[in-house]
Amino acid sequence: MLTLAPPAWYLALSAVLFAIGAMGVLIRRNLIVMFMAIELMLNAVNLAFVALARGMGSMDGQVIVFFVMAVAAAEAAVGLAIMLQLYRSRATINADEVTTLRW
Amino acid sequence: MIAPLFVLLALLTVAASLVVVLHRNPVYSALGLVTTLFLLAVLFVGLDAHLVAALQIIVYAGAIVVLFLFVIMLLNLQVEPRTLAPAPLVVTGAVLGGALGVATLGVLGRDPLPLAAVVGPGYGGTEPLAERLFTAYIVPFELTSVLLLVAIIGAVVLGKKRLS
Repeated sequence: MLTLAPPAWYLALSAVLFAIGAMGVLIRRNLIVMFMAIELMLNAVNLAFVALARGMGSMDGQVIVFFVMAVAAAEAAVGLAIMLQLYRSRATINADEVTTLRW
Repeated sequence: MIAPLFVLLALLTVAASLVVVLHRNPVYSALGLVTTLFLLAVLFVGLDAHLVAALQIIVYAGAIVVLFLFVIMLLNLQVEPRTLAPAPLVVTGAVLGGALGVATLGVLGRDPLPLAAVVGPGYGGTEPLAERLFTAYIVPFELTSVLLLVAIIGAVVLGKKRLS
């Protein structure tokens, strides 16, 4: 078995990746890039799940990663279809120009 | 101990994810995302999650990122003149993101961290994963199929030329 590092190191990397993703959602206004930052956060969580599964010697964490992947695929399909429709009706995908629903 | 390899992979992953977040051209962001996902697959192999690593490449890098690239090209996005949100928002976002990272790392440092458990030779393969998936997690597994069906229908309806 190949062992690169203890699971705790992976958890630290996962925290850093999640923070980068959260920062991306906050500082970018392009909806597609914001979407990619969300994917980044989902992947950071996947890494934490797999690292903890390895730490506990159980397969359950890896099963959860499956579900996360399925939800991410569904979310990407619907979200990108919404963006396509938005671009057709407004000719923009900048979050600052689509504020009808903002309070 | 081959920790230097992990450090190298981790630094590459962080660099690629920074490209996703900071690059002005969305196509480069998508390529950074592919790089990040591939590097994460390598890290999954390092955690003995072989099947998850393969699926990471097939589903994420293969399907989801291609979907992103399709939409970027359909919308014919150019390099943005103004990449970031207004300056106060950027400062707030960077500070909040950094604080989130520091807080998470702080929590990690406070508790005793898990060491790698001793696992059998089959760990991370198809068989033990399928065994869990089709016994303990059978209900969420079936619900996932409903979710995917709903997502397909939603995407097809939204993708129509005109919404009536």
